[in-house]
Amino acid sequence: MRSVPSIIHLDMDAFFAAVEQASKPSLRGKPVVVGGLGGRGVVATASYEARKFGLHSAMPMAQARRLCPNAAFLTGRFEAYRANSEIVMGLLRERSPLVEPLSLDEAFVDLEAGPYGPALAAATPAEGAQLVLALAEDLRADIVERTGLTASVGAAASKLMAKIASEQAKPDGLVLIEPGSEQSVLAPMPVRALPGIGPATEQALRRAGLTTVADLAEAGFEDLVGLLGKAHGAGVFQMALGWDERPVVPDRDAKSVSVEDTFEVDLADRDRILREIDQLSARCVRRLRAAGRSGRTVVLKVRRFDFSTLTRSETLRGPTDDPEVIGATARRLAMQVDITGGVRLLGVGVTQLADYTQEDLFAQLEREERGEREKEKEGEGDEAEVGEVEEVPAEPVVRRWWPGQDVTHREYGPGWVQGSGVGRVTVRFETPYSERPGRVRTFSVDDDGLEASGALPLRPPAVEG
Amino acid sequence: MKFRVERDVLAEAVAWAARSLPARPPVPVLAGLLLTAQEGTLALSGFDYEVSARVELEADVEEAGTVLVSGRLLNDISRNLPNRPVEISTDGMRVSVVCGSSRFTLPTLPVDEYPSLPQMPTATGTVPGDVFASAVSQAAVAAGRDDTLPVLTGVRVEINGSGITLAATDRYRFAVRELLWKPEQDDINAVALVPAKTLQDIAKSLGSGDHVSIALSTGGAGEGLIGFEGAGRRTTTRLLEGEFPKFRSIFPTEFSAVAAVQTQPFLEALKRVSLVAERNTPVRLNFEQGVLTLEAGSGDDAQASERVEADLEGDDISIAFNPGYLEEGLKAIDAAYAQLSFTTPTKPALLTGKAAVDAEPDEAYQYLIMPVRLSG
Repeated sequence: MRSVPSIIHLDMDAFFAAVEQASKPSLRGKPVVVGGLGGRGVVATASYEARKFGLHSAMPMAQARRLCPNAAFLTGRFEAYRANSEIVMGLLRERSPLVEPLSLDEAFVDLEAGPYGPALAAATPAEGAQLVLALAEDLRADIVERTGLTASVGAAASKLMAKIASEQAKPDGLVLIEPGSEQSVLAPMPVRALPGIGPATEQALRRAGLTTVADLAEAGFEDLVGLLGKAHGAGVFQMALGWDERPVVPDRDAKSVSVEDTFEVDLADRDRILREIDQLSARCVRRLRAAGRSGRTVVLKVRRFDFSTLTRSETLRGPTDDPEVIGATARRLAMQVDITGGVRLLGVGVTQLADYTQEDLFAQLEREERGEREKEKEGEGDEAEVGEVEEVPAEPVVRRWWPGQDVTHREYGPGWVQGSGVGRVTVRFETPYSERPGRVRTFSVDDDGLEASGALPLRPPAVEG
Repeated sequence: MKFRVERDVLAEAVAWAARSLPARPPVPVLAGLLLTAQEGTLALSGFDYEVSARVELEADVEEAGTVLVSGRLLNDISRNLPNRPVEISTDGMRVSVVCGSSRFTLPTLPVDEYPSLPQMPTATGTVPGDVFASAVSQAAVAAGRDDTLPVLTGVRVEINGSGITLAATDRYRFAVRELLWKPEQDDINAVALVPAKTLQDIAKSLGSGDHVSIALSTGGAGEGLIGFEGAGRRTTTRLLEGEFPKFRSIFPTEFSAVAAVQTQPFLEALKRVSLVAERNTPVRLNFEQGVLTLEAGSGDDAQASERVEADLEGDDISIAFNPGYLEEGLKAIDAAYAQLSFTTPTKPALLTGKAAVDAEPDEAYQYLIMPVRLSG
């Protein structure tokens, strides 16, 4: 174990909710809940104001609404979360190449591998700790400056302790656990504080009378292996003593890429299911390509109305990132699944990843043909414009607005949807840079001047020139 | 029934006819081999409802008759008999096989329960046996091997007057072989999709004869079947159904680069370099003036590279392939020089053979191969 607490764990405070509050000045200091707003939605993040009412993530949305009816309930704007996450991860990478993101809002950083590594290596434990504290405070200040968001940071000599430290630092704090003090910090904690101990293990330990980490350390290696099996028991024992030698691994190599959707209402119509599968395949391919990967095995996941979950997979001759191939394979898999009664969740994934793609003759041909057809269509369209004036009746589209969505009005400028229903949509016109809450206006859902727009950065972009 | 036949002749005929017998027969009689003896000939037939096989051989027939016996057993026995004349005769409900001092008696299966073999469609033409055998193997190499798309497990046989086109694809490569034959009628047009594996077996076993005659019904009796006859053997197989992909438009006609490489050194270099291409990871080919560099392996894995002489006309090109597909193509062209024609590194490349570096390529066989695209 290292003598300097050079591993840090960074955790953004109530990240999704905090981004919403930063984007929407009227919500600052108020309870905000981000998550699925449909009948089956769950809370993704609750702001600290909402947590006072007992809300927490993974709570069913209906329960959250009962506990805190006055909160702002918003659907997630992942575009905005991802953009801010990238800023934060970028700041971390300035500190060290060894950044291990755990999610959009959480990462480990090994400072020893970064520019301050030599200084940390040369420092005495006390000097090292001082330097880490200074670096971490710097980091937190940079994050606030660049995003206006707060982060909690834990620093320690291991990933285990750094994560525990950041937990103690929340919200908007910094905690450093001195190397050597691990066991005394851990001792009074409940066993669940250790990673790898979930409800089942907790139960097993409780039956043996072990409730705190100190109990585990006292129980000893033999007893834990007896209770939990060889691998798990040995791991838990080491953690209980504060031993953790796991390295910080940058950008863990993904083993699979997958996307899934839970539907508001069970899908029973096979055509509809196939359409959803096409869309999921397209989304899965986008993520696959963004990662510069391809895959050989296509996996379809189906959760039926009774929660029985099936997966079916097919392995192709060569790896692909072709939406046609992945879509067609997923559709073929869907035909093997009994869907009578309805489907509540569909997922499409790709495994056996590779970094090359076996091109497919027919898929390429189809793509080209479709490209040409579309070109022809466009050409026809042009002609129609120049030639006879024939109005094509636009299909009546009912526009859907969802709470939290970014919109722009031709007259009133940028804002966000507060709510919508019975043909009306309420928009609050404010931006992350507004000094006070903006005004609220209500429009018809099909108002000409209103359109969806992209998320604004939390800090105004620097004026060029 | 009673006849005598040479052991070698019998063993070979039984082995061939028994090949079409199902391993797990849906009804017991289908495990049987039908022996029909009459006027100096013995006919052996087997059938599994997909493929039928019938072979005729000369025999010294003392008493005509028909009997059905276990094909597997008769095959095992005839293979192991001493090299002496074999006498087979019926004895009530049993068949006895006598050869030298060894004697077997086998139970018979009920002949009247045996399905009648499909009628051979009328012959439509003939092709030299060796030409047929090599053409089929050249086409079938590209056929699909998994059942996810059954239509791709077939070889498309297209007859157009005096020309036959064989085509097969597994979506990653596409092989097309054109050959000439002697049709019974000059204006014949017919198309059939034949299971590739069966066609390959047939071509191998019938190709030893001078001629193979092909029988394909153009409607009416024997529809859905194709028959082949040669070297005293006759076989039919049920056709695959479905629409074979249109392919003429897939084959590019304009190229940005054309390379010629001596086939044998190319193949050997490819085999060596692909030793590090685990699980058919791609092999990269870089063509420059006068030289082709093959590379495989990347990152932390083992890597290999080798250079071979190459004649390149047009732009330098880097392109990657599944080494297995490239190797099969290079073997299939069966020519001293391989010609590879490219458009772009992501578009299919055309592989043809030619006799010498400055010769015209042999257009009768074309092997189109889809490249591998490297990401990042």
